[in-house]
Amino acid sequence: MLHIYCPYCEELREEEEFHPKGQAHITRPADPDACSDEEWGDYLFFRDNPRGIHHEMWVHAIGCRKFFNVTRNTVTYEILETYPMGEQPRFTAEYPEGKPADQLNDAQQEPSRQEGVHV
Amino acid sequence: MSQSLKQPNRVREGGRIDRAQTLSFTFNGKQYQGHAGDTLASALLANGVNIVNRSFKYSRPRGIVAAGAEEPNALVQLGSTEAAQVPNVRATQQALFDGLVARSTNGWPNVQRDVMSLVGKLGGQFMPPGFYYKTFMAPASMWMTYEKVIRKGAGLGRSPMERDPDHYDHLNQHCDLLVVGAGPAGLSAALTAARSGARVILCDEQEEMGGSLLDSREQLDGQPAHHWVEGVVSELAQMANVTLLPRTTANGYHDHHFVTLHERRTEHLGETAPLTDGQRPSRSRMHRVRAGQVLLATGAHERPLVYGNNDVPGNMTAGAVSTYIRRYGVVPGNKLVLSTTNDYAYRAALDWLDAGREVVAIVDARKAPEGDLVEQARVRGVRIIEGAAVLEAKGSDRVTGARVATIDAETFKVTGSSDTLSCDTIASSGGYSPAIHLASHTGARPTWNDEILGFVPSLVKGVHAAGSVRGFHQLADGLANGCSAAAEALSALGFAATPVELPQVNTYRQGAACALYQVPHEKPTLRGPKQFVDMQNDVTAAAIELATREGFESIEHVKRYTAMGFGTDQGKLGNINGMAIAARCLGKTIPEVGTTVFRPNYTPVTFGAIVGRHCRDLFDPERYTAMHQWHVEQGAEFEDVGQWKRPWYFPRTVNGKTESMHDAVARECLAVRQGVGILDASTLGKIDIQGPDAREFLGRVYTNKWAKLAPGRVRYGLMCKDDGMLMDDGTTSCLGENHFLMTTTTGGAAGVMEWLELWHQTEWPDLQVYFNSVTDHWATITVTGPEARKLLAEITDIDLDRETFKFMDWREGTVADVPARVFRISFTGELSFEINVQANYALHVWKTLFAHGEKYDLTPYGTETMHVLRAEKGLIIAGQETDGSVTPEDLGMQWAVGYDKPFPWIGKRALTRSDTRRVDRKQMVGLMPKDPSVVLEEGAQIVFDPDHAIPMPMVGHVTSSYYSPILESGFALAVIKGGHQRMGEIVYLPMVDGKTHAAEIVSPVFYDPKGERQHV
Repeated sequence: MLHIYCPYCEELREEEEFHPKGQAHITRPADPDACSDEEWGDYLFFRDNPRGIHHEMWVHAIGCRKFFNVTRNTVTYEILETYPMGEQPRFTAEYPEGKPADQLNDAQQEPSRQEGVHV
Repeated sequence: MSQSLKQPNRVREGGRIDRAQTLSFTFNGKQYQGHAGDTLASALLANGVNIVNRSFKYSRPRGIVAAGAEEPNALVQLGSTEAAQVPNVRATQQALFDGLVARSTNGWPNVQRDVMSLVGKLGGQFMPPGFYYKTFMAPASMWMTYEKVIRKGAGLGRSPMERDPDHYDHLNQHCDLLVVGAGPAGLSAALTAARSGARVILCDEQEEMGGSLLDSREQLDGQPAHHWVEGVVSELAQMANVTLLPRTTANGYHDHHFVTLHERRTEHLGETAPLTDGQRPSRSRMHRVRAGQVLLATGAHERPLVYGNNDVPGNMTAGAVSTYIRRYGVVPGNKLVLSTTNDYAYRAALDWLDAGREVVAIVDARKAPEGDLVEQARVRGVRIIEGAAVLEAKGSDRVTGARVATIDAETFKVTGSSDTLSCDTIASSGGYSPAIHLASHTGARPTWNDEILGFVPSLVKGVHAAGSVRGFHQLADGLANGCSAAAEALSALGFAATPVELPQVNTYRQGAACALYQVPHEKPTLRGPKQFVDMQNDVTAAAIELATREGFESIEHVKRYTAMGFGTDQGKLGNINGMAIAARCLGKTIPEVGTTVFRPNYTPVTFGAIVGRHCRDLFDPERYTAMHQWHVEQGAEFEDVGQWKRPWYFPRTVNGKTESMHDAVARECLAVRQGVGILDASTLGKIDIQGPDAREFLGRVYTNKWAKLAPGRVRYGLMCKDDGMLMDDGTTSCLGENHFLMTTTTGGAAGVMEWLELWHQTEWPDLQVYFNSVTDHWATITVTGPEARKLLAEITDIDLDRETFKFMDWREGTVADVPARVFRISFTGELSFEINVQANYALHVWKTLFAHGEKYDLTPYGTETMHVLRAEKGLIIAGQETDGSVTPEDLGMQWAVGYDKPFPWIGKRALTRSDTRRVDRKQMVGLMPKDPSVVLEEGAQIVFDPDHAIPMPMVGHVTSSYYSPILESGFALAVIKGGHQRMGEIVYLPMVDGKTHAAEIVSPVFYDPKGERQHV
């Protein structure tokens, strides 16, 4: 059972309080009618299934009801960070040890992010 | 009769048992005696009971092999009464208590004379892996019959048929460091962490803490080992930051240091928890531990050698022999032959000598064994046969001899002529397999260590291991390793480790162990005597060899084909031997063959402990409406809708005769159509939506238009997912320019709420809109039928005039003198008012309606009548007419789809995909059975041509079906391919009983097609 840090409540809570909501950073096309059937199908149905670092969306369903993102290693289940909607991850497949400081924008320095939750 | 006669194998002194306390127990109907501190297994051995079970497949007689969780044979059924039955208890882990009653799990009519053993003896040669499936394969339809008989003959224990008198608890625990195992490494680790100030939980599965120190020959600081154990345990027990959990098995590691511990609190006292002060304590507890760091000191299991007839009673692991002698004061035989590959096992022979019995020989697979323990044996005059092994055990119900010869382990050959030594016990040791189970639950694959000839755990972040589980088998190493592993964990937790002074212990000069798993035999494995690898599942070396010959190369496939490591055993004794045999046959090394995956639980856990208090009344929460007690008093039958208890129908009792459901529903339906009925609709989901962008938001999540809905008006809306499929439906009322009340289906309430939050928070955070669940705040009372207005008018100040309070309007006012919102919406097709009042007023309003309703014969109705009435009007229920593959157009509801709305609302794009435009999609229609007395079966498949060859093309199915009292006929809603263009056609429904029903496709609106009645 995962132990998840809610970036809004700023606490580690049990997985039972959360619902998983699938892959994070899927943006709905702004003009759906301009999408081909294939593009729309990709948006609706196709998701990544990586071995290793994965960005997921969760909701603190029986807590603050807020949606947020989780960077989780699908092999070790280690959670590398959790961060609010609208922010970008620091840990990615390209930067498994975390992006260097000069690649981070200001919004990502906010204290609401918790990194390396499980030391 | 003297004690020694009663317990012939009990030694006069020594061990951790209390000879002053004699306990009586019954095994297979016979009375025996043991002592406090015994396990059932040690007591059986003390009494000279050789056969404790029959084997699973071949029904061979089996005796006790081990002394702990790894015991494969001694599975017993506990319990003197039906309610107290517990299946598959390992006798080696069951503490003896006075009055214990146990039976062998297998064996009919009994373990001494077993009928199935004839099958095993006669068929033994012919029972390869997959025997039952290969033999009983035809005809396939008979397998179910064969299986029943096979299961009876070759089964494990049985579950109780009566209610469990005990109860069980769950506890949530938090700690800095969880230490699993209280042997030398676990104790030194726990002591280090505890003295450093960390919150520590120390658990151990045995009756007493101490692990190997409880039967050790070693001296710590010049004292017997258990003295040190007692000192450490009593220090830990007095510390406020330490929780000691003996009799507690860590059964599963479930991510992020969440570990489940099963604490058995009363199983050593009696078969059910004994009453204290009239209260029954919980029998066991499941501790759900979230630890900061986890330290595994789980030890190792000794591997027996695999040789011919190694399952005859009297064959044991060397370590178990030592444990029985030194911990329980039991010598399990008179004449011992020890077959070993390593120095450690020599302790069994030394302990045997100390107990005053004869060691016939030590057969050592190594050519020139050396080491302090070997020397000790030599000095005491024990015959040591070098470079040799026991090829085969002699005897049937008990070992009578051991056939011994020199061997070459590397070329897998017998090199000398054999000699049969007379003995009654063969102890064997092929080395030690670290108990890596918990570490494997993390998903980390163990790695092979050539030096210790075993897999050692790979550790994920925050998990540490110490002692034998890492291959540190020497006592001094284990103690030191416990301290250093604890220091690592403490450092990660931010504690400074307080050093612990360790006791002085001897270190021994050790000879290297040799790698031997299966002992070679003169005959090929497939022709020689059976060499058992997994005794619990009757898997032999020959079976594994055969599996590799038949093409099973992956160890996971070999496991599934042969059943090695299955069941409650989980490969504790046999897995490494099995892998070694597979590796030999495949010409690979053991690490190349790999290991199978261990999954929770480490040992079986009783369902009671898993369930805890979540059973009976507390199994699932029940939700009641404000009028629930009234419904109960009226004798309503209830239906579960989600967690809600809803009245299903209200049967009347006249002259002592209670109405059938059919009669009650017919009466309720006609009351609504002809008079007035009342429904408790409080369970409908209600979401209060506010904010300047609330209207815009509704327009995006519903398929229809909301821009012009004025305060005081109500609209029905359809909600789709972005794939265009209907997800939920309901009405939404405009309470004010920026304020709406949405209703959802009863079961969909929580899901819709999360859905709205999802879109607001992730896609449209710029919209100012807020959601609040008000389902429980408002109770809903539906008054419906031609007389509804007259009744309601008597108790409300709201003007109910049909011209000013129109269909799909809502008004605020009082009903029965309490504030109310009244909605003129209809789920019955009749004149209808839905009254919302604060839930705490609802029973008062309900009763006031009845006080005034008598003259109108106001009739309460339940969900069944609600379903009939709405289906007569062709009104859908999301989840009944729809299944996630139905669009609004499939339902014929394009009138509720605003294709020209400016914002691309959820579902819109998908409704123009080629697939959603197909004309042969399944579309909702009505069905009238040709025989009006037929009520079609919900879910029944529909075909166009009943004479078509099987398989017939299936073109749809029935989604709802009832008997209509007003139509005096059965009727149904269905989805049928291209159904909207097939009005008037006849379709067919072939049923399982061979009958075929015919039905006509009609409009789904069966009653009042123009919808006039709801507008009156």
